[in-house]
Amino acid sequence: MSEHGGSTKLYWIIWASLIVLTFVTAGVAYLDLGKFNTVVALAIATFKATLVILFFMHVKDASERLTKVVIISSIFWLLIMLGLSLADFGTRTIGS
Amino acid sequence: MTDSHAATQHGPELLHHFADEEQQRNSASLGMWLFLGTEIMFFGGMFLAYLVYRLNYFTDFAAASSSIKVPLGAINTAVLLCSSLTVVMAVRAAQMGKRKLLIWMLILTLIFGLAFLAIKGVEWHEKYEEHHIPGNFMGRAFDISDIQQAHPKLFVDPQHAQIFFSLYFAMTGIHALHMIVGVGIFIWLIYKAWKGDFGPKYYTPVEIAGLYWHFVDVVWIYLFPLIYLIDRKPL
Repeated sequence: MSEHGGSTKLYWIIWASLIVLTFVTAGVAYLDLGKFNTVVALAIATFKATLVILFFMHVKDASERLTKVVIISSIFWLLIMLGLSLADFGTRTIGS
Repeated sequence: MTDSHAATQHGPELLHHFADEEQQRNSASLGMWLFLGTEIMFFGGMFLAYLVYRLNYFTDFAAASSSIKVPLGAINTAVLLCSSLTVVMAVRAAQMGKRKLLIWMLILTLIFGLAFLAIKGVEWHEKYEEHHIPGNFMGRAFDISDIQQAHPKLFVDPQHAQIFFSLYFAMTGIHALHMIVGVGIFIWLIYKAWKGDFGPKYYTPVEIAGLYWHFVDVVWIYLFPLIYLIDRKPL
Protein backbone atom coordinates (compact mmCIF):
# COMPACT_ATOMS: atom_id res chain seq x y z
CA MET A 1 0.00 0.00 0.00
CA SER A 2 2.45 2.57 -1.19
CA GLU A 3 -0.08 5.32 -1.84
CA HIS A 4 -0.98 5.66 1.84
CA GLY A 5 -2.05 9.24 2.35
CA GLY A 6 -0.18 10.49 -0.69
CA SER A 7 -1.08 13.52 -2.70
CA THR A 8 -4.40 13.66 -4.50
CA LYS A 9 -2.86 15.35 -7.55
CA LEU A 10 -2.63 12.10 -9.51
CA TYR A 11 -6.31 11.32 -8.88
CA TRP A 12 -7.32 14.74 -10.20
CA ILE A 13 -5.15 14.31 -13.32
CA ILE A 14 -6.66 10.88 -14.05
CA TRP A 15 -10.18 12.23 -13.49
CA ALA A 16 -9.56 15.22 -15.79
CA SER A 17 -8.15 12.93 -18.51
CA LEU A 18 -11.21 10.67 -18.24
CA ILE A 19 -13.59 13.62 -18.58
CA VAL A 20 -11.68 15.03 -21.57
CA LEU A 21 -11.62 11.61 -23.26
CA THR A 22 -15.38 11.26 -22.74
CA PHE A 23 -15.98 14.43 -24.75
CA VAL A 24 -13.33 13.45 -27.31
CA THR A 25 -15.06 10.11 -27.92
CA ALA A 26 -18.45 11.83 -28.23
CA GLY A 27 -17.00 14.40 -30.66
CA VAL A 28 -15.11 11.91 -32.83
CA ALA A 29 -18.34 9.94 -33.34
CA TYR A 30 -19.67 12.80 -35.48
CA LEU A 31 -16.70 12.66 -37.87
CA ASP A 32 -16.73 10.32 -40.83
CA LEU A 33 -13.78 7.99 -40.32
CA GLY A 34 -15.35 5.05 -42.12
CA LYS A 35 -14.65 1.77 -40.35
CA PHE A 36 -12.28 3.53 -38.00
CA ASN A 37 -15.13 5.16 -36.03
CA THR A 38 -15.66 1.91 -34.13
CA VAL A 39 -11.93 1.30 -33.73
CA VAL A 40 -11.32 4.79 -32.32
CA ALA A 41 -14.35 4.54 -29.99
CA LEU A 42 -13.22 1.19 -28.59
CA ALA A 43 -9.58 2.30 -28.33
CA ILE A 44 -10.57 5.37 -26.29
CA ALA A 45 -12.91 3.27 -24.10
CA THR A 46 -10.15 0.73 -23.46
CA PHE A 47 -7.67 3.49 -22.60
CA LYS A 48 -10.19 5.01 -20.16
CA ALA A 49 -10.93 1.62 -18.59
CA THR A 50 -7.19 1.01 -18.18
CA LEU A 51 -6.76 4.36 -16.40
CA VAL A 52 -9.60 3.51 -13.99
CA ILE A 53 -8.28 0.00 -13.30
CA LEU A 54 -4.64 1.00 -12.83
CA PHE A 55 -5.05 4.19 -10.84
CA PHE A 56 -8.50 4.25 -9.24
CA MET A 57 -8.64 0.53 -8.46
CA HIS A 58 -4.99 0.72 -7.32
CA VAL A 59 -3.89 -2.20 -9.45
CA LYS A 60 -0.73 -0.39 -10.53
CA ASP A 61 1.07 -0.30 -7.22
CA ALA A 62 -1.16 -1.62 -4.49
CA SER A 63 -2.22 -5.11 -5.51
CA GLU A 64 -0.37 -8.27 -4.74
CA ARG A 65 0.66 -10.55 -7.56
CA LEU A 66 -2.10 -13.12 -7.12
CA THR A 67 -4.70 -10.37 -7.58
CA LYS A 68 -3.00 -9.30 -10.79
CA VAL A 69 -3.11 -12.90 -12.06
CA VAL A 70 -6.87 -12.98 -11.40
CA ILE A 71 -7.39 -9.69 -13.24
CA ILE A 72 -5.32 -10.65 -16.26
CA SER A 73 -6.91 -14.09 -16.54
CA SER A 74 -10.42 -12.59 -16.25
CA ILE A 75 -9.69 -10.31 -19.17
CA PHE A 76 -8.11 -13.22 -21.04
CA TRP A 77 -11.27 -15.37 -20.59
CA LEU A 78 -13.36 -12.49 -21.85
CA LEU A 79 -11.15 -12.19 -24.92
CA ILE A 80 -11.43 -15.95 -25.55
CA MET A 81 -15.23 -15.72 -25.41
CA LEU A 82 -15.42 -12.64 -27.63
CA GLY A 83 -12.62 -13.69 -30.00
CA LEU A 84 -13.72 -17.24 -30.71
CA SER A 85 -17.40 -16.33 -30.95
CA LEU A 86 -16.75 -13.45 -33.32
CA ALA A 87 -14.46 -15.65 -35.41
CA ASP A 88 -17.60 -17.71 -36.01
CA PHE A 89 -20.35 -15.07 -36.23
CA GLY A 90 -18.12 -12.57 -37.97
CA THR A 91 -17.53 -14.87 -40.92
CA ARG A 92 -21.14 -15.75 -41.71
CA THR A 93 -24.52 -14.08 -41.81
CA ILE A 94 -27.34 -14.97 -39.44
CA GLY A 95 -30.02 -17.01 -41.18
CA SER A 96 -28.00 -17.87 -44.27
CA MET B 1 -5.95 -17.97 25.45
CA THR B 2 -2.58 -18.01 27.11
CA ASP B 3 -0.74 -18.96 23.93
CA SER B 4 1.17 -16.86 21.47
CA HIS B 5 -2.02 -15.54 19.86
CA ALA B 6 -2.93 -13.48 22.89
CA ALA B 7 0.57 -12.15 22.95
CA THR B 8 0.37 -10.68 19.45
CA GLN B 9 -1.99 -7.99 20.76
CA HIS B 10 -4.09 -6.94 17.84
CA GLY B 11 -7.27 -4.92 17.83
CA PRO B 12 -10.74 -6.27 16.99
CA GLU B 13 -10.35 -5.14 13.36
CA LEU B 14 -7.87 -7.94 12.60
CA LEU B 15 -9.42 -11.41 12.33
CA HIS B 16 -7.18 -13.92 14.02
CA HIS B 17 -6.64 -16.19 11.01
CA PHE B 18 -4.72 -13.42 9.26
CA ALA B 19 -1.09 -12.69 9.99
CA ASP B 20 -1.45 -8.93 9.75
CA GLU B 21 -3.69 -6.17 8.43
CA GLU B 22 -2.07 -6.09 5.02
CA GLN B 23 -2.69 -9.80 4.48
CA GLN B 24 -6.30 -9.35 5.56
CA ARG B 25 -6.76 -6.46 3.13
CA ASN B 26 -5.12 -8.33 0.26
CA SER B 27 -7.36 -11.35 0.84
CA ALA B 28 -10.49 -9.20 0.75
CA SER B 29 -9.25 -7.47 -2.38
CA LEU B 30 -8.50 -10.80 -4.06
CA GLY B 31 -11.98 -12.07 -3.21
CA MET B 32 -13.56 -8.95 -4.68
CA TRP B 33 -11.53 -9.31 -7.87
CA LEU B 34 -12.61 -12.94 -8.22
CA PHE B 35 -16.22 -11.76 -7.98
CA LEU B 36 -15.49 -9.03 -10.51
CA GLY B 37 -14.05 -11.76 -12.77
CA THR B 38 -17.47 -13.42 -12.78
CA GLU B 39 -19.03 -10.03 -13.44
CA ILE B 40 -16.75 -9.50 -16.43
CA MET B 41 -18.04 -12.76 -17.93
CA PHE B 42 -21.65 -11.86 -17.00
CA PHE B 43 -21.54 -8.51 -18.76
CA GLY B 44 -19.29 -10.05 -21.43
CA GLY B 45 -22.11 -12.36 -22.51
CA MET B 46 -24.37 -9.38 -23.14
CA PHE B 47 -21.62 -7.49 -24.96
CA LEU B 48 -21.09 -10.57 -27.14
CA ALA B 49 -24.80 -10.78 -28.01
CA TYR B 50 -24.69 -7.08 -28.83
CA LEU B 51 -21.62 -7.44 -31.06
CA VAL B 52 -23.01 -10.41 -32.98
CA TYR B 53 -26.26 -8.60 -33.83
CA ARG B 54 -24.49 -5.32 -34.50
CA LEU B 55 -22.21 -7.02 -37.04
CA ASN B 56 -25.21 -8.46 -38.85
CA TYR B 57 -27.66 -5.56 -38.59
CA PHE B 58 -25.27 -2.63 -38.56
CA THR B 59 -27.41 -0.01 -40.33
CA ASP B 60 -30.52 -0.88 -38.28
CA PHE B 61 -28.49 -0.65 -35.08
CA ALA B 62 -26.90 2.64 -36.15
CA ALA B 63 -30.29 4.16 -37.01
CA ALA B 64 -31.91 2.96 -33.77
CA SER B 65 -28.91 4.18 -31.74
CA SER B 66 -29.13 7.65 -33.26
CA SER B 67 -32.55 8.13 -31.58
CA ILE B 68 -30.92 8.09 -28.14
CA LYS B 69 -29.72 11.49 -26.92
CA VAL B 70 -25.92 11.75 -26.75
CA PRO B 71 -25.88 14.61 -24.16
CA LEU B 72 -27.73 12.44 -21.61
CA GLY B 73 -25.21 9.63 -22.09
CA ALA B 74 -22.19 11.95 -22.04
CA ILE B 75 -23.39 13.74 -18.89
CA ASN B 76 -24.03 10.40 -17.22
CA THR B 77 -20.52 9.25 -18.13
CA ALA B 78 -19.12 12.41 -16.54
CA VAL B 79 -21.32 11.90 -13.46
CA LEU B 80 -19.98 8.37 -13.02
CA LEU B 81 -16.38 9.48 -13.49
CA CYS B 82 -16.90 12.15 -10.81
CA SER B 83 -18.29 9.46 -8.51
CA SER B 84 -15.19 7.34 -9.12
CA LEU B 85 -13.05 10.32 -8.08
CA THR B 86 -15.02 10.74 -4.84
CA VAL B 87 -14.63 6.99 -4.19
CA VAL B 88 -10.82 7.13 -4.39
CA MET B 89 -10.91 10.23 -2.18
CA ALA B 90 -13.08 8.29 0.30
CA VAL B 91 -10.61 5.38 0.39
CA ARG B 92 -7.76 7.84 0.95
CA ALA B 93 -9.69 9.64 3.71
CA ALA B 94 -10.32 6.30 5.44
CA GLN B 95 -6.63 5.38 5.16
CA MET B 96 -5.69 8.67 6.80
CA GLY B 97 -8.35 8.38 9.49
CA LYS B 98 -10.21 11.52 8.40
CA ARG B 99 -13.72 10.54 9.42
CA LYS B 100 -15.52 13.71 8.37
CA LEU B 101 -13.90 13.80 4.93
CA LEU B 102 -14.69 10.10 4.49
CA ILE B 103 -18.37 10.65 5.28
CA TRP B 104 -18.59 13.61 2.87
CA MET B 105 -16.90 11.70 0.06
CA LEU B 106 -19.25 8.74 0.58
CA ILE B 107 -22.28 11.07 0.56
CA LEU B 108 -21.03 12.75 -2.64
CA THR B 109 -20.61 9.32 -4.26
CA LEU B 110 -24.16 8.46 -3.26
CA ILE B 111 -25.46 11.72 -4.74
CA PHE B 112 -23.61 11.12 -8.03
CA GLY B 113 -24.97 7.56 -8.13
CA LEU B 114 -28.53 8.75 -7.61
CA ALA B 115 -28.05 11.51 -10.20
CA PHE B 116 -26.93 8.87 -12.70
CA LEU B 117 -30.05 6.79 -12.01
CA ALA B 118 -32.29 9.87 -12.30
CA ILE B 119 -30.82 10.82 -15.70
CA LYS B 120 -31.18 7.18 -16.78
CA GLY B 121 -34.82 7.34 -15.75
CA VAL B 122 -35.35 10.46 -17.87
CA GLU B 123 -33.80 8.67 -20.85
CA TRP B 124 -35.93 5.54 -20.38
CA HIS B 125 -39.05 7.65 -20.03
CA GLU B 126 -38.20 9.33 -23.32
CA LYS B 127 -37.90 5.90 -24.98
CA TYR B 128 -41.29 4.98 -23.49
CA GLU B 129 -42.89 8.14 -24.89
CA GLU B 130 -41.35 7.46 -28.31
CA HIS B 131 -42.76 3.90 -28.43
CA HIS B 132 -39.21 2.49 -28.47
CA ILE B 133 -39.73 -0.14 -25.79
CA PRO B 134 -39.77 -3.60 -27.43
CA GLY B 135 -43.04 -5.49 -27.49
CA ASN B 136 -46.21 -3.88 -26.25
CA PHE B 137 -45.16 -2.19 -23.02
CA MET B 138 -48.13 -0.73 -21.11
CA GLY B 139 -50.23 -0.53 -24.22
CA ARG B 140 -47.55 1.26 -26.25
CA ALA B 141 -46.73 -0.93 -29.24
CA PHE B 142 -43.14 -0.80 -30.46
CA ASP B 143 -42.96 1.68 -33.32
CA ILE B 144 -39.95 3.19 -35.08
CA SER B 145 -41.67 5.24 -37.78
CA ASP B 146 -39.91 8.32 -36.31
CA ILE B 147 -36.51 6.63 -36.77
CA GLN B 148 -37.45 5.59 -40.31
CA GLN B 149 -38.43 9.19 -41.12
CA ALA B 150 -35.11 10.46 -39.80
CA HIS B 151 -33.28 8.10 -42.20
CA PRO B 152 -35.14 8.49 -45.52
CA LYS B 153 -32.28 7.00 -47.55
CA LEU B 154 -32.37 3.55 -45.95
CA PHE B 155 -34.87 0.97 -44.83
CA VAL B 156 -34.77 0.40 -41.07
CA ASP B 157 -36.02 -3.09 -40.24
CA PRO B 158 -38.29 -2.78 -37.16
CA GLN B 159 -37.45 -6.35 -36.08
CA HIS B 160 -33.74 -5.57 -36.02
CA ALA B 161 -34.31 -2.22 -34.32
CA GLN B 162 -36.30 -4.12 -31.73
CA ILE B 163 -33.29 -6.34 -31.07
CA PHE B 164 -31.18 -3.21 -30.58
CA PHE B 165 -33.63 -1.76 -28.07
CA SER B 166 -33.95 -5.11 -26.25
CA LEU B 167 -30.18 -5.15 -25.82
CA TYR B 168 -30.23 -1.45 -24.89
CA PHE B 169 -32.74 -2.02 -22.09
CA ALA B 170 -31.10 -5.26 -20.93
CA MET B 171 -27.62 -3.77 -20.77
CA THR B 172 -28.46 -0.36 -19.32
CA GLY B 173 -31.01 -2.08 -17.05
CA ILE B 174 -28.56 -4.60 -15.60
CA HIS B 175 -26.03 -1.80 -15.29
CA ALA B 176 -28.58 0.35 -13.43
CA LEU B 177 -29.37 -2.62 -11.17
CA HIS B 178 -25.68 -2.72 -10.27
CA MET B 179 -25.85 1.01 -9.53
CA ILE B 180 -28.85 0.44 -7.22
CA VAL B 181 -26.92 -2.29 -5.37
CA GLY B 182 -23.97 0.12 -5.16
CA VAL B 183 -26.20 2.83 -3.71
CA GLY B 184 -27.34 0.37 -1.02
CA ILE B 185 -23.73 -0.55 -0.20
CA PHE B 186 -22.74 3.11 0.06
CA ILE B 187 -25.65 3.90 2.40
CA TRP B 188 -24.36 1.10 4.63
CA LEU B 189 -20.79 2.48 4.37
CA ILE B 190 -21.99 5.96 5.39
CA TYR B 191 -23.68 4.43 8.46
CA LYS B 192 -20.50 2.51 9.37
CA ALA B 193 -18.31 5.56 8.78
CA TRP B 194 -20.68 7.66 10.89
CA LYS B 195 -20.22 5.19 13.75
CA GLY B 196 -16.47 5.62 13.34
CA ASP B 197 -15.76 2.03 12.31
CA PHE B 198 -13.14 2.91 9.71
CA GLY B 199 -9.62 4.13 10.21
CA PRO B 200 -6.04 3.57 9.04
CA LYS B 201 -6.10 0.04 10.48
CA TYR B 202 -9.42 -1.01 9.01
CA TYR B 203 -10.93 0.39 5.83
CA THR B 204 -11.42 -2.84 3.84
CA PRO B 205 -15.18 -2.34 3.24
CA VAL B 206 -14.55 1.13 1.78
CA GLU B 207 -11.81 -0.21 -0.46
CA ILE B 208 -13.62 -3.25 -1.85
CA ALA B 209 -16.93 -1.42 -2.23
CA GLY B 210 -14.82 1.09 -4.18
CA LEU B 211 -13.54 -1.71 -6.43
CA TYR B 212 -17.13 -2.70 -7.16
CA TRP B 213 -18.11 0.90 -7.87
CA HIS B 214 -15.18 1.44 -10.24
CA PHE B 215 -16.02 -1.80 -12.05
CA VAL B 216 -19.57 -0.60 -12.69
CA ASP B 217 -17.99 2.62 -13.98
CA VAL B 218 -15.76 0.64 -16.37
CA VAL B 219 -18.80 -1.21 -17.76
CA TRP B 220 -20.41 2.15 -18.47
CA ILE B 221 -17.22 3.41 -20.17
CA TYR B 222 -17.85 0.69 -22.80
CA LEU B 223 -21.64 1.04 -22.88
CA PHE B 224 -21.45 4.76 -23.70
CA PRO B 225 -19.71 4.49 -27.12
CA LEU B 226 -21.33 1.17 -28.01
CA ILE B 227 -24.92 2.25 -27.36
CA TYR B 228 -24.95 6.00 -27.98
CA LEU B 229 -22.26 6.51 -30.58
CA ILE B 230 -22.62 3.71 -33.15
CA ASP B 231 -22.92 6.03 -36.10
CA ARG B 232 -23.49 9.73 -35.59
CA LYS B 233 -22.00 10.85 -38.90
CA PRO B 234 -24.16 13.30 -40.81
CA LEU B 235 -26.04 11.44 -43.53
